[in-house]
Amino acid sequence: MDNDKIDRIINKHRGKAGSLVQVLMEIQEENHWLPREVLEKVGEKLDVPLSRVLRIATMYKTFSLTPKGRHEIHICTGSACHVRGARRVLETVQDLTGIKPGETDSDSRFSLETVNCQGCCALGPVVAIDGKTHGRISPDEIADALKKYD
Amino acid sequence: MSEITLQIDGREVAARKGMTVLEAAKKAGISIPTLCHHEKLEPYGGCRLCTVEVEERGRTKMVAACLYPVEKDLVVKTRTEKVDRIRKMILELLLAHAPDAFELQDLALEYGADRDRFEKESSFCLHCGLCVRYCAEVKKKNAIGFINCGTRREISFIPEIASKECWNCKECFPLCPTEALQAAFVLTKALVFPSPLSELKG
Repeated sequence: MDNDKIDRIINKHRGKAGSLVQVLMEIQEENHWLPREVLEKVGEKLDVPLSRVLRIATMYKTFSLTPKGRHEIHICTGSACHVRGARRVLETVQDLTGIKPGETDSDSRFSLETVNCQGCCALGPVVAIDGKTHGRISPDEIADALKKYD
Repeated sequence: MSEITLQIDGREVAARKGMTVLEAAKKAGISIPTLCHHEKLEPYGGCRLCTVEVEERGRTKMVAACLYPVEKDLVVKTRTEKVDRIRKMILELLLAHAPDAFELQDLALEYGADRDRFEKESSFCLHCGLCVRYCAEVKKKNAIGFINCGTRREISFIPEIASKECWNCKECFPLCPTEALQAAFVLTKALVFPSPLSELKG
């Protein structure tokens, strides 16, 4: 965790309760998860009660209150990807990583999430790993692709 | 103070500008059922049990009485067939969560709500927000809040604050219509409050 960067983000919005979501998003982007102490600090500096910070942080799927793995896998299970075989891709990834959507494996290599649309249905089934999009992917191909991430 | 008159259930009722329909009705002795309403707290409009039918310039619409401001010549009906149907449905949905809540039993009887209509999903919390809002607005401690989203939404004590503030307060306890709050408190206490033993050692 890079405390300086987090402090800088918080200080930029000091005292502005309305910037809560913005601050949490920036920290999430930087740190990939929101530790309890950071949430407490955000509440203190932005003058927002901790109960509200927690309400917002647990409300949105963007925010993670648990540590994420080094690589974040987002598998689209929207209707277009679903009919193009997203479920078999998801099952393959689950078998290979040993984790279910929402979980992180024990050596913090992968975190798995399902999403409902990535905005490029023509490329389905779509899997995004660390923001890089893998389109028209088959279960075999995703197994190969995962090997490249350490 | 500008006085205005409106009609509730066929009676002429005087009210001040800025009042809500619920307050005006209460003043006139007309009862509207509520669950999430509390005099000391800001109107919330969470339970929708106070739904009434208002008629304005020939159009009728369903509104929450606890939030809707009075207007001149507003025509309010608190017990129409449609209002009763809505309240019955709300009660049946709430009863799926808390089948034995005292506050719901009388209302269920009055509106003919069937407690077994929907499959039970006993979370015991009706999401009225009374405890959360009382702690924030009256006590200004924010020791309890809502967490999660949608069907997973629930009340949760913030252990850091609750372990300091709640022992001598507990003023939210009698507000809860179902005692889900007390259960949440006991659970938080058991799981995360510092135990007397660890403090002795500490």
